[in-house]
Amino acid sequence: MATAASQQTWMQRNKMIVTPILFLLPGLLFFSVYVIIPIFQSFQISAYEWNGLGDLSERGEFVGLQNYRELMSDRAFEVSLWNNVKWLALYLLAIPGGLFIALFLNQTVTGIRLYKSLFFFPFVISQVVVGLVFTWFYLPRGGLLNTILGGLGFDTLNILGDPTLATYGIIAAGLWPQTAYCMILYLTGLNAVDPEQVEAARLDGAKGWRMLWHVVLPQLRPATFIAFVVTIIGALRSFDLISVMTNGGPFGSTRVLSFYMFEQALSEYGFRMGYGSAIAVVLFLIMLIFIAYFLYSMWRDERPARN
Amino acid sequence: MFPTPIQKRSEAVRVTYQVFLPIALILWLLPLIAVASFSIRPLTDFTQGNFWGWPSSFNLFSNYGRVFFESDMPRYMLNSLMITIPTVVGAVALSCMTGFALGIYRFKGNLLIFFMFIAGNFVPFQILMVPVRDLTVSLNLYDTKLGLVLFHIAFQTGFCTLFMRNFIKALPVELIEAARVEGVAEWRIFWYVVLPLMRPAIAALAVLIFTFIWNDYFWAIVLTQGPEAQPVTAGITSFNSQFVAQYHLMSAGSIVAAIPPVAMFFAMQKHFIAGLTLGAVK
Repeated sequence: MATAASQQTWMQRNKMIVTPILFLLPGLLFFSVYVIIPIFQSFQISAYEWNGLGDLSERGEFVGLQNYRELMSDRAFEVSLWNNVKWLALYLLAIPGGLFIALFLNQTVTGIRLYKSLFFFPFVISQVVVGLVFTWFYLPRGGLLNTILGGLGFDTLNILGDPTLATYGIIAAGLWPQTAYCMILYLTGLNAVDPEQVEAARLDGAKGWRMLWHVVLPQLRPATFIAFVVTIIGALRSFDLISVMTNGGPFGSTRVLSFYMFEQALSEYGFRMGYGSAIAVVLFLIMLIFIAYFLYSMWRDERPARN
Repeated sequence: MFPTPIQKRSEAVRVTYQVFLPIALILWLLPLIAVASFSIRPLTDFTQGNFWGWPSSFNLFSNYGRVFFESDMPRYMLNSLMITIPTVVGAVALSCMTGFALGIYRFKGNLLIFFMFIAGNFVPFQILMVPVRDLTVSLNLYDTKLGLVLFHIAFQTGFCTLFMRNFIKALPVELIEAARVEGVAEWRIFWYVVLPLMRPAIAALAVLIFTFIWNDYFWAIVLTQGPEAQPVTAGITSFNSQFVAQYHLMSAGSIVAAIPPVAMFFAMQKHFIAGLTLGAVK
């Protein structure tokens, strides 16, 4: 009897710690096995020359930092890195673009809800289909873009076949759904803008740009923050569009790190798991700068709620 | 309201707006409209260079019929469903639990675990690729739907936990405390008090995860190979190589592949947008 009672009180006393552990366990286990541990394994693999067959410790050859040294003089790596910078910079255009469309659509006329949904819906389509759609849009012969250019009397462009243009063509395709995403974030944000502040500012004579900049945008900060997070992550994750539209070409000019990594590790270019992992580690470290900043911002917001 | 409501502006502005709205929409959706128009043309239109003129005949049914009856498309679609639905169920179930644990209880490391879920959700896929593929192969799950499902559940748990935890955190604490005073067991609080309140969050997450997973391409090509297990995003490349340069069939195929998430979005729009814009408003 006495032990049963004390057992009960042990559970009773510790239920506030035992319950969350039990509830966390399955999710944490899955997440660790498939996400957290693989990150560290990739770091380890990047120090090996390994073709992915058999066990890493038996069949892989430890080469230390050799893979990273090789990256330094790899021209394709340099092109990929530089393209990542282009993606990052140009992808951010989705934010002002999305804001612009949101402002345009933030009215109450009949059918506006349907308009909002239809403007948003490129985001719902898979990137593979977006890539195909834009590939056909750019077709040198018969594509809509060149038909229009030709009709206006311009020279036609072979966007995806031209090493100097191809990356920009793919980024433009990526901007399409991304702008829609930012638009919906801003539409939601605009909904919550305090009408009294806007009216008060209006009485003070604020209009147009000044109103937007000084009164509305500060209230849209949470939406802008999320738009930044998803756009930067989206830019660095770009893979599907490149794979579908150019497969890295012409002459490797549209590769980015995520794509080059895949090529090195898993495609017909060979199964260099170690070298691929080294590229992935570089990409991860670039991303980590942003992740750290995002987490810091979220943590700052979290603190007042805690204390 | 900003910008100034159109009703308060001059007649001219109102008319311009009403006229410009549909034009803007058509321009915005132009690439898609182009593909839709491709998908109802006969092959001869393309071979004769008639990409944009009036179609020489309307082949809506025969084009889409061929996609459904003469290709592996239905099979890829079925694979996509069999990958997407278990993932949605699994990820939502796991994150209801993790979200409950992180949103309700105060314990050491709570915030650390929460931030680990968020951080993991942001990492580039490539840093996981080699070890996850290796793990899947050694579990004998390479080129199976289950292999993909397990990974997707694990990865989506990161985002779902972020979502669920913030949702649960916003619930009134008094409710849970009242239940505790009544002596209700913790798991019963989860099942009878918290879970019913989470319905809108569950709906929002379910539609979001459905779309994310349906549209996944990277993991599909890393973890699967053939029509046995490949979802439609990966299958469409083999579909396109089967019908190379037959734009009418390729575009019909793309449209078919895009329909389920689009239908899901239009059916569950409110939840979808609520989920996507969580945190966009303080």
